[in-house]
Amino acid sequence: MGEKADVWQGTLALMILRTLDTIGAMHGYGIGRRIEQTSGGVLSLNYGTLYPALLKLEQEGAIAGEWGTSENNRKARFYKITKTGRKLLSQETKHWEQATAVLERFLKPSEDPA
Amino acid sequence: MRRLRAALIRFKAFLSRDDRSSRAFDAELESHLQLHTDDNIRAGMAPDEARRQAILKLGGIDRTRQAYRDQASAPVLEHIVQDLQFALRHLVKAPGFTVTAILTMALGFGAALAIYAFVDAALVQPLPYRDPSRLVEVTERSLQVAHANLSHPDYVDWKRQQTVFSGFDFHNGRRFSLATPGGVVPVRGARVSPGFFKTLGVVPAAGRDFRDGDDVVNGPGLAVISDAAWHTYFGGRADVVGQSVTLDGAPSTIVGVLPASFHFALRGPVEFWTPFRAAGPCETSRGCHNLLGVARLKDGVTVDAARAEMQAIAARLEREYPGTNKDQSALVGPLAAQIVGDIRPILLLLSGGAALLLVIACINVVSLLLVRSEGRKRELAVRSTLGASSGRLIRQFVTEAFVLVALGMGCGAVAAAGGIRLLFGLMSDDMRARMPYLDAVGLNWRVALVAAALATAALLIFTLAPALRVRFGELREGLAEGSRGSSGSAWRRLGFKLVVFELATAMVLLVGAGLLGQSLYRLLNVDLGFDPEALVTLQIAAPVPRLQDDGPAHQLDAQVVERVRQIPGVRSAALVDLLPVSYNGNTDWIRFVGRPYSGEHNEVNQRAISSAYFATVGARIVRGRGFTEADRLGTPRVTVINQALVRKYFPNEDPIGKRFGDGDLTPNSLKEIVGVVEDIREGALNSEIWPAVYYAMDQDPTTFFAVVARTAAGSEAAVLTAVTPAVRGIDPDVITSAPEVMRQRIQDSPAAYLQRSSAWLVGGFAGLALLLGVIGLYGVIAYSVSQRTREIGLRLALGAERRTVYELILGEAARLIAAGLVIGAAASVAAGVLMRTLLFGTEPWDAPTLIGVAAVLGVAALVASFIPARRAASVNPIEALRTE
Repeated sequence: MGEKADVWQGTLALMILRTLDTIGAMHGYGIGRRIEQTSGGVLSLNYGTLYPALLKLEQEGAIAGEWGTSENNRKARFYKITKTGRKLLSQETKHWEQATAVLERFLKPSEDPA
Repeated sequence: MRRLRAALIRFKAFLSRDDRSSRAFDAELESHLQLHTDDNIRAGMAPDEARRQAILKLGGIDRTRQAYRDQASAPVLEHIVQDLQFALRHLVKAPGFTVTAILTMALGFGAALAIYAFVDAALVQPLPYRDPSRLVEVTERSLQVAHANLSHPDYVDWKRQQTVFSGFDFHNGRRFSLATPGGVVPVRGARVSPGFFKTLGVVPAAGRDFRDGDDVVNGPGLAVISDAAWHTYFGGRADVVGQSVTLDGAPSTIVGVLPASFHFALRGPVEFWTPFRAAGPCETSRGCHNLLGVARLKDGVTVDAARAEMQAIAARLEREYPGTNKDQSALVGPLAAQIVGDIRPILLLLSGGAALLLVIACINVVSLLLVRSEGRKRELAVRSTLGASSGRLIRQFVTEAFVLVALGMGCGAVAAAGGIRLLFGLMSDDMRARMPYLDAVGLNWRVALVAAALATAALLIFTLAPALRVRFGELREGLAEGSRGSSGSAWRRLGFKLVVFELATAMVLLVGAGLLGQSLYRLLNVDLGFDPEALVTLQIAAPVPRLQDDGPAHQLDAQVVERVRQIPGVRSAALVDLLPVSYNGNTDWIRFVGRPYSGEHNEVNQRAISSAYFATVGARIVRGRGFTEADRLGTPRVTVINQALVRKYFPNEDPIGKRFGDGDLTPNSLKEIVGVVEDIREGALNSEIWPAVYYAMDQDPTTFFAVVARTAAGSEAAVLTAVTPAVRGIDPDVITSAPEVMRQRIQDSPAAYLQRSSAWLVGGFAGLALLLGVIGLYGVIAYSVSQRTREIGLRLALGAERRTVYELILGEAARLIAAGLVIGAAASVAAGVLMRTLLFGTEPWDAPTLIGVAAVLGVAALVASFIPARRAASVNPIEALRTE
């Protein structure tokens, strides 16, 4: 097995929000699968860590959960993003882009000959 | 906003503690596993393996549940609750320790808070005037009297010449008689210059204050009333302004009502304020001092600058009017200091005492905590080995200390409320009246703030002490052996010193209380020069319209004596203008005929009495004669002097037949000495006997006087109730007040009150100190025993008798007690010398007091050390050696 990256603290919430924003309502298991797929198999999640993160987002009002039925007829709790959640998502995305842009500038090989 | 919402939801979940959400999560978890297992099966796994892999990928079911629960609720709060429950369980399991520690803290906190409440009311809360720090008292000072009243003509000159005050006014106390539907009653009043309230910066709650012109002589009667008077006499009715009342027999219009918050301590609870009018013999005389000035400093003017200017003005007046103003200078000082001046040093002293008690209480609790942590070392070691983090153990110490401090502070607040009531109980009504700012004493938010600060400090101390003592690095060693590190014996030595200090402190306070108690006894049994038993007194003021007319006043005198004598049980009755055991004052300046005189003030107490007075009070005439009915208006004026006057002015002469008069020897002031009476204690019980002259009341009529009735033994109570109706029966407009039994009057006199209050106060502190000292001794001896359990066990195992263990422990205690008593005795004598002015007829080194106190303290301390000694003696040697 190749090396797999752990999920950074704090980024999991962002990934969940982004996932739900893209695919609409989804249950916890589906969200986990989707995150791993999207990462191209680089990320490996302990699915157990998803649930406290989902609960936290729910407590903050960023997502809402509801029991429903899965495609293969299993009962599951489906989450979908709320208006607050979309606002949070765009905020966090902006922060994250800024942060990565700064890091990128640091890590790029210097164009300065000195 | 988002975070707040989340926090609220979590807090709600913590409070409701329902598992609905955790059951719902179990369902969600199960559905997750099923979905994952389905996928795995679809990928070709066997069902068992599929589920196993799903759980593995989850990261464990229990761990997930725990993480979810932590996020659902508030784990920090839950831990705190667990810690609190744990701490409470532990404290309940050691009731002796818990109760002792909490009561000790309650005593310390209670005393501190009660005293602080008084400090807060007297020294922290500002006076109810605008910018009170700019207010000063302005008055005169003479050679004899450092703080003298101001005469009205002097005031007028001072006010005209001064440039340092933006307002300069005065006040003068006065009892008025007020006509009410139920008859004429005496009310507390004061006369003030028109700008008085403006200078103070007080605005009436209704109506107006006085203005220029209100003080014109013969102007209409005006009054500003206090909030209390408004409620007492006018039922708080809104239309009170403009109403007319009869004050001193003359109509007065109420022009204003003062705010409820207003008080003016220098005049007590004044109900009626009237404008001062410069009419009357005293009001127009430069030599008659009856006013106190109050002024507001102009911006930028200091008290010193104001004093310098007023003294310069006084010096000019002294040159201009040498007859009246010789040696009369000016006094200027902060008004607040004048108002709280009496109580300030007492409060500071009490604060010191309370702080000392609090420190001792904290030391005791620390020492109790240490004894306890010693016993818990093994428990902590076990918990530490079983994986409790040191952070968690520290938190447990903090929680336990917190519970103790919280309970101690709770009890302390209750004790403080009781303490405040006790302290008020030590004050006479008169003292309360002079300190109206103490009405604000209570457990207000500032007191609460102090309580919180004290509790925090105590919490820190109580947490740190045992936490440092049981160093967490050593915990595992603690499991191997009852480690007796050097820090243990270091604490023991420190504890010993502290206990010696506590015992010495308790001894000093106990001796102080003993000395004060003895002084009180001596004071109440001092030689009075008259017989105070079975005497009933009543203050009388003649009706006002008769003020100007000597005839009817004289008639009233005779009628009062006659009526009172007719009361069943009264043997004789007489009048005096100022009752004995009042104060040295109400004086006359006399000049002896035929002696050189250079204007010096021969100041003597002056009393006017009716002819039967000496016989009635039981004072002996030692030479010459007393007054008779024949010494009346129109006959040559005569006087009786006391022995102190003979000692001072006639040491080697017979005074009978000598004459004296006023400074100018005005013919009608001349009196002939006809008799010498024993020294009657006119002043306070503890003040020296001044020379005194007695005049015949018939020759010196007065409108304010007291009747004194000698009753048959046992009939004082009956006479006391009968005397007021008897006197008022003569004329309903006669004002009577303060019917008293002389013995009671003496016991309630300010000197006796002060002595009794200080005896009780010091006694109260002494009791607390004794209690705390004994608890402290118990604490260190118990700690010492806990440290030496192994040694004791060894001794017992080697065949030592239990008796020797007792000797060992009690010997240790006895050495501490002896050291405390010796140091305490020395310090007591030193303290006694310092408080000598408070003592009366008692020496600071009073041996019976010292021995008695030492005995009480020694026995109490030995009893306290007996408890741990018994525990030491009952040590099971095998247990002691095995466990340690």
